[in-house]
Amino acid sequence: MGAQDPEQVRRAGRAWWLLLLVPFVGTLWVPFYDSLEPRIGGVPYFYWYQFLWIGIGAVITAVVYFATRQPEP
Amino acid sequence: MKDVDGVALAVFIALFALVTVVGFFAARWRKADLDQLSEWGLGGRRFGTMVTWFLLGGDLYTAYTFVAVPALVYGAGALGFFALPYTVITYPFVFVVMPRMWSVAHKHGYITAADFVRGRFGSSALALAVAVTGILATMPYIALQLVGIQVVLGAMGIRGDLPLVIAFVILAAYTYQSGLRAPALIAVVKDAIIYVTVIAAVVVIPMKLGGYGAIFEAVPPKKLLLAPEQMSAYSTLALGSALALFLYPHSMTGVLSSSGRAVIKRNTAMLPAYSLLLGLIALLGYMAIAAKVGSSPAYADGFDRYGANFAVPALFLGSFPSWFVGFAFAAIAIGALVPAAIMSIAAANLFTRNIYRELIRPGCTGKEEATVAKLVSLVVKLGALAFIVGMKKEYAIALQLLGGVWILQTFPAIVVGLYTRWLHWGALLAGWAVGMTVGTWMAWTLSFKAPVYALHLGGSVVPGYAALWALIANLAVAVAGTAVAKALGAVPGKDATAAGDYGE
Repeated sequence: MGAQDPEQVRRAGRAWWLLLLVPFVGTLWVPFYDSLEPRIGGVPYFYWYQFLWIGIGAVITAVVYFATRQPEP
Repeated sequence: MKDVDGVALAVFIALFALVTVVGFFAARWRKADLDQLSEWGLGGRRFGTMVTWFLLGGDLYTAYTFVAVPALVYGAGALGFFALPYTVITYPFVFVVMPRMWSVAHKHGYITAADFVRGRFGSSALALAVAVTGILATMPYIALQLVGIQVVLGAMGIRGDLPLVIAFVILAAYTYQSGLRAPALIAVVKDAIIYVTVIAAVVVIPMKLGGYGAIFEAVPPKKLLLAPEQMSAYSTLALGSALALFLYPHSMTGVLSSSGRAVIKRNTAMLPAYSLLLGLIALLGYMAIAAKVGSSPAYADGFDRYGANFAVPALFLGSFPSWFVGFAFAAIAIGALVPAAIMSIAAANLFTRNIYRELIRPGCTGKEEATVAKLVSLVVKLGALAFIVGMKKEYAIALQLLGGVWILQTFPAIVVGLYTRWLHWGALLAGWAVGMTVGTWMAWTLSFKAPVYALHLGGSVVPGYAALWALIANLAVAVAGTAVAKALGAVPGKDATAAGDYGE
């Protein structure tokens, strides 16, 4: 990206940060997941759904980290 | 249960001895002048990605968490799982906010959040409020770590306070000598033990109980889901706790001791490994229900003494051979030492920087600063010990609950302050006072036993985390107060920081 204006690159990178809002929506709206079915291996939905979000949350921060990475000053 | 389990105790003591050696050895690790506060109290701001991961993991996921979360699940069911959304959303928040804190602290040599507030708003009164809130919120938290040790010692059949006193005196000694390096190194050992314990527990125990399906079948169906009126409590507890977590002085110390912004960001993707661990540990509460530990006469005495906090120790006693019980209990006890050390260091940093140097001895030397911090870290730990030995632990639990409500009231000055200094320091101080009062009053109406306050809004009732309600009142006063201050032409304090100091 050598030819581009670094300021522009930086601003384009900002859009990635919006991804960080996704875990808030996925976990804070309880009606999304307050049910027993479908179960996986006997584990009710309420539980495996929230465990799944631990992974999704980690992946999202990793994606945003790599997408917006800049050389350390 | 009455007799001391010799094998378990021997394994426990051996592991405890190992971390004691590590704690003292830590003073030689990355050797530097421990007579400087940034070396003793922040490890020289040189911890890389892995050390920070261990340090923050050991710091945030405390022994008390490991005992209390499954205890809450054991007693209250689904509500206890708010720890999961809480730890899911805290990291995106940290990813955005804390690198700014690191940059400005690095540039100006800030060691505490109150240092930053002092520099940003030019108000020692506001900085003092932030420092005192931090110390008040931390003290009962240290005391609760002792409760974690007490429960496992009791479960091994050891009575009396002397073993607890010995454990804490040893901890105090190596923290005094090695500073933040001690918990950083011990955290590595602690994590190895705790991961082994939890993995064993979530594999072995379900095999004995007939699988995860059988475990969930054994739980009363009403406990498995949230009732409609619990939903707002669940999400506000998660949100309020997530916003508060990194305002605690011990979390801030972990952040500021890292070697750079990228270290913090990488850790927000790596720390969820501990959240997974915490989720699995929460499930131990249901396993304890399925194993019917509550109705076993062998554990009746333990439940009498320690309440639901005895659920996990009882589950381990019933599921593991003696040597592994000792191993697992050592995991919990050592898991208490790491956060207790970091918390006492963080409280000592706050006292030294924002009370001693600010009010008592301005212009004291760096060596004097480090000496005072070391002594204060001793006093803080002895205070916590006296609290647990001398008073009912219910007081410590109630105070820790209040501490969570209080620490969130520093959010406007610290987090909003990282982005704008539009808010006037006087208005921030007024907002803080209102937030502290409202939050404490709400907790008082709940007899300091529950954090969820039912707010009446028009015709509807919204149960929610008192800390969040108090924060809303706090922010409202801060904004309104700033508007009034600007209208009256009040002069803002001097800002020692510049826009470029925050990175990005």
